[in-house]
Amino acid sequence: MSTRSRPLSPHLQIYRLPLLAIMSITHRVTGVALVAGLFVLAWWLGCAAAGPESFAFAQDLVGSWIGRLALFGWSVALFFHLGHGVRHLLWETGWGFDLPDAYASAYVSLGVTAGLTVAAWGAALLF
Amino acid sequence: MVEFALPANSRVQPGKLFKAPAGADKVRTFKIYRYDPDSGANPRLDSYEVDIGHCGPMVLDALLKIKNEIDSTLTFRRSCREGICGSCAMNIDGTNTLACLKPIEDVKGDIRIYPLPHMPVVKDLVADLTLPYAQLASVKPWMQTQSPTPPDGERLQSPAEREKLDGMWECILCFCCQTSCPSYWWNAERYLGPAVLLQAARWIMDSRDEMTGERLDALEDPFKLYRCHTIMNCTRTCPKGLNPAKAIGAIKERLIERRG
Repeated sequence: MSTRSRPLSPHLQIYRLPLLAIMSITHRVTGVALVAGLFVLAWWLGCAAAGPESFAFAQDLVGSWIGRLALFGWSVALFFHLGHGVRHLLWETGWGFDLPDAYASAYVSLGVTAGLTVAAWGAALLF
Repeated sequence: MVEFALPANSRVQPGKLFKAPAGADKVRTFKIYRYDPDSGANPRLDSYEVDIGHCGPMVLDALLKIKNEIDSTLTFRRSCREGICGSCAMNIDGTNTLACLKPIEDVKGDIRIYPLPHMPVVKDLVADLTLPYAQLASVKPWMQTQSPTPPDGERLQSPAEREKLDGMWECILCFCCQTSCPSYWWNAERYLGPAVLLQAARWIMDSRDEMTGERLDALEDPFKLYRCHTIMNCTRTCPKGLNPAKAIGAIKERLIERRG
């Protein structure tokens, strides 16, 4: 038999990932993004502690449109990660493995993500 | 290891086009992954225009028609043609399934056919399944007992106990789920994969088996079992409608329960 190395069949290149798989990878991506966000939060707190000038500088940066865009991204990531985290908790209890339940919980957690994001930004912009 | 791109020897090149015969009734194009181990060339994607007006309804029927009438070098596994042997597992239209159970009509546009994903390819649509078979053997998928066999008959099971095996014994080991799992793609050497874990669960849940503790011990490992991240591609793709993700969840539950 030939021992020449066999090619690897295509995988990500050809696989049509279903919603459930996309939710799963998004959970991981948002988790990584939130860790990065934690450093920014720490930096912001550090600036607040360092004095009024550095705090004003931090506020300017965070309040700029690019800062707000990043904050918006982090808020979506936070709420998505929260909602999907609850799905994982439900799986730990043994619920949610049947496909209709898995899809229902996926849609609910997406709805929760959208709802919480709108609520948080609505509250932030109103008050 | 996570590697998104294919290695250089695995990149798929454009292939040949086999035109439909004149006067064909209803033509569909099948784009099929080809790899010839003797040529030394990279895999390629050949296109076959098939007259499905004169062909059975399933993708397997079209593959057989291509092999019989257009290109006899096309290589694939098949046997029962009714979804019980698991031989014709392949990736059709982006999802793993059995060619014999997949209606051509279900696919919109060109019908793209690849071997089971992220596996070494022996030839064309034939993937090398040595690793998953070895992994299956490692979970000892047979009844293990310590007590002496009853002298007057078989080991009995109540209907309720037997019912717990439903959804697990029906697995035909086609490895559609195994090779649909991204976690298995990246960690095939160490993660057992959904098909093998479903079989492990089938024996853990069997009331007649007396080695449940040892079976659970063997799975309590960060990689063998816990690389399952509930992506659920396995359950989504199973051509028999089984639920490996649920079975894996049940094993995890058993492991937590026995910790007390």
